[in-house]
Amino acid sequence: MEKWLRSESVSKLADALLPVFAALAALAVGALMLLVLGANPFEAFGALLDGAFGSANSLADTVVKATPLLLIGLGICISFRGNVINIGGEGQMIIGALLATALGLAFPDWPGIVMIPLAMLAGFVGGAFWGGIPGALKAYFNVNEILSTIMMNAIAVQLMNFLLSGPMIDPVQAAKASQIPQTARLSTSFDLPRLIPTRLHLGAGIAVLLAILVYILLWRTTIGYRIRAVGQNRFASRYAGIDVKRQIVLALLLSGAFAGLAGAIQVFGINHRMITDGSATGFTGNAGFNGIVAALFGQLNPIGTIPAAFFFGALLVGANKLQRVMQVPSALITTINGLVVVFVVSSEKWRKTREQKRLTDMMAEIDGDPPPNPEKAVKEVGS
Amino acid sequence: MSDSQLLPTGQKKINHLEMIEISKFFPGVIANNRVNFDVKAGEVHALLGENGAGKSTLMKVLYGLYPPEEGAIKLDGEQVVIGSPVDSIGLGIGMIHQHFMLVESLTVAENVALGLASTRGPLTDLDIVSQRIQELSEIYGLQVDPKALIWQLSVGQQQRVEIIKALYRGAALLILDEPTAVLTPQEVDEFFLTMRKMMDDGHALIFISHKLHEVLDISHRISVLRDGHMIGTIPVEGATKEKLAEMMVGREIGLKKERVSNEKSEKKLILKNISAQSDRGTPALKGIDLEVYSGEILGVAGVSGNGQKELAEVITGLRNVTSGQVVLEDEDVTGLSPKELINRSLSYIPEERMRDGMIKEFTVAENLILREYDQLPFANNGFLNLKNISTHSDEMIKSFNVKTPSQETTVKSLSGGNIQKLVLARELFRKPRTLIAAQPTRGLDIGAMEYVHLRLLEQREEGTATILISEDLDEILALSDRIAVIFEGEIMGIIDREEATTERLGLMMAGVVE
Ligand SMILES: Nc1ncnc2c1ncn2[C@@H]1O[C@H](COP(=O)(O)OP(=O)(O)OP(=O)(O)O)[C@@H](O)[C@H]1O
Ligand SMILES: [Mg+2]
Repeated sequence: MEKWLRSESVSKLADALLPVFAALAALAVGALMLLVLGANPFEAFGALLDGAFGSANSLADTVVKATPLLLIGLGICISFRGNVINIGGEGQMIIGALLATALGLAFPDWPGIVMIPLAMLAGFVGGAFWGGIPGALKAYFNVNEILSTIMMNAIAVQLMNFLLSGPMIDPVQAAKASQIPQTARLSTSFDLPRLIPTRLHLGAGIAVLLAILVYILLWRTTIGYRIRAVGQNRFASRYAGIDVKRQIVLALLLSGAFAGLAGAIQVFGINHRMITDGSATGFTGNAGFNGIVAALFGQLNPIGTIPAAFFFGALLVGANKLQRVMQVPSALITTINGLVVVFVVSSEKWRKTREQKRLTDMMAEIDGDPPPNPEKAVKEVGS
Repeated sequence: MSDSQLLPTGQKKINHLEMIEISKFFPGVIANNRVNFDVKAGEVHALLGENGAGKSTLMKVLYGLYPPEEGAIKLDGEQVVIGSPVDSIGLGIGMIHQHFMLVESLTVAENVALGLASTRGPLTDLDIVSQRIQELSEIYGLQVDPKALIWQLSVGQQQRVEIIKALYRGAALLILDEPTAVLTPQEVDEFFLTMRKMMDDGHALIFISHKLHEVLDISHRISVLRDGHMIGTIPVEGATKEKLAEMMVGREIGLKKERVSNEKSEKKLILKNISAQSDRGTPALKGIDLEVYSGEILGVAGVSGNGQKELAEVITGLRNVTSGQVVLEDEDVTGLSPKELINRSLSYIPEERMRDGMIKEFTVAENLILREYDQLPFANNGFLNLKNISTHSDEMIKSFNVKTPSQETTVKSLSGGNIQKLVLARELFRKPRTLIAAQPTRGLDIGAMEYVHLRLLEQREEGTATILISEDLDEILALSDRIAVIFEGEIMGIIDREEATTERLGLMMAGVVE
């Protein structure tokens, strides 16, 4: 009996730590690559750690990098719990940022205390709008949300490029021949307050607070109950009197809203203007995708996503330092980052499969309802 | 019994299989506690026990789905290790699950061939498979067309496919976990013929059922599990229902409630000329007219698949009508949403509990509020009231005697009968004014079944209008005031219970118009 108790909790713990092991394994592969390139992996990871945590400034940078990951991750927690796959974080972040920036540029004389909350709200609304569209398409026209959110990303980038080089362009740039596609700097009174004399700004605090709120939303409110119910079983949800389509829209809408907020915070906390290099990454730094990984790393639990986002923030900031110190090609950093993503996502998938298998075995009998068929489940949600 | 060491299928017999001191634990539950069990060639060994006693778990250990915490399995005297179904199939052990694991869109032959690759090489010739299916079905009277698509088959026929599949894989020992729960009485008779034939040929059969008369009819030996312990194994000679029930429950049961005659009062639910389509878009209900009075149980008898599910879904707002009208408490409710009907005190016990009635990844407590999660006292202003939810769950778990480690346990890890009890608890506890109950006691042990009957009769006395959809004529006859028989989407007739006999109902169920 005791032995069993132990093995049971050990396996639970193993499940929880799985992503951590996956990340370590990815770093080990990264170390091998460093070796091949002739760099000392110990020194390299030393540099990475130093870059991420070595000083107050680097620690602050880590947190700053983690902030959008956390916000987007929170949205992912909501949508994935509702069995809606939101790949559109990049686009939603851009649209949120554009709306917030436009507001800030339109009313430069408003006091910060009024503008900052309004701008955050604008980001939230912009992202919600951009996420709500694929949500409605999925719910009412059965359009696959993975495809539509990706397409919405492309549209958002084009929209950003167009606005920043035309309607929203910095008047200074417009007068110059170079015409760098960027907006004017937002009024300094709109800068998000710094928490300590580093680059650390209020956004991080907002994100952590929201993590707690999202946790409450998912597990303590009827809205969360509905979203999770629809995510798990459409039929029983209908039986419960839940409007399934509405929850699908809501899940994507909320998910987009958090990404939009991340965009607004990125502008008002860090960049203070929008500038584009033509790509989405130029603005988002891939947060729209890395946020998904952070949420999976945090096992789709908003509270778990806090350390997960911090971990990825550290990886991103540390990798910069590593690159500078070790003089390795920047592609290597991207590769290590990608490795972590692949390893973490696969380990999550593996954990799911194991769980699924356990479930299937069990369902083989549970007086005998047929085993859940994951492929079918995905299809059913779409229909 | 033939003395040859081979079965007619060509498979070697399993003369004696023993499970010795098997223990299996789950978080918070000892599902099997040092259980001994054995089965011999040519016998049917029945396994009885209340819901959650550990029957399925023991069988899943034997089939290799669960590794036991301790204990050994001996096959013809030699210890064997069964790590997975691949091992057990290799040893000649087959298992028939209550609901079938067949792929609906494939043919019988394709289903039988499915998954064989691992044992028989990558290429399977479907003609050879079909031929073998024919052979097997001739030996055991399991008539099926190898080319038929699964979804075209009745439940009884699908079960035959499952048996053929197991025999095809060389099963000499068959585990039958509640195989009769989904069968009509006629199908049960046919099924028993097959079982007898297999047993005469020297197959070893393990049979799980909650229906004691079936167990007494077909078994040689009967074992009873209670709370994970093996209470005893007795020969069928001298066994009685009372004795078995006492072994199962540990006390005499006898909650049989006398039906009191009840004045019917006002019409509660009226269906006027209802037509509706099935999921496949074919007409499933063709002009149904029904009336249910408050304080009445209207039985709907019929072989499953004749429109019962659609009927229930039309009333509960889960399916649109193509024509007709549903009137509930003098109000036209046609086309109202499930939510609006829940709010009109309509309860529904769906037949497919795991698909429609429960969210298996949710906890027991979460599932118990599924129908009223957003209403007082469970929620207020959009916030769940965890304390009230928890008190409520405890109360329901207790009053329906649900076996669960805690209310935080996910439903997927409860036994089949206990999941059914949760559905019943949720739908009955709120004392609905109107109740649609589809196969409410399927999979329940006798004690639980009697309890549910008691509750349904109590509700009736309090004025609830109930539609009881069941394939179990005993249940229909025991509870209903009037009985409607449904066949191919039409009501063949409605008769008073005093005039109903099994024979008469049986004929009507087969479509014979009176
Ligand atoms: N996979 C599992 N995880 C956790 N607990 C389980 C699991 N499977 C079964 N149990 C528990 O083990 C006990 C025995 O369950 P089992 O399914 O063997 O009962 P049973 O005798 O088949 O009942 P029923 O007649 O209702 O089908 C139950 O208390 C159940 O909750
Ligand atoms: Mg069982």
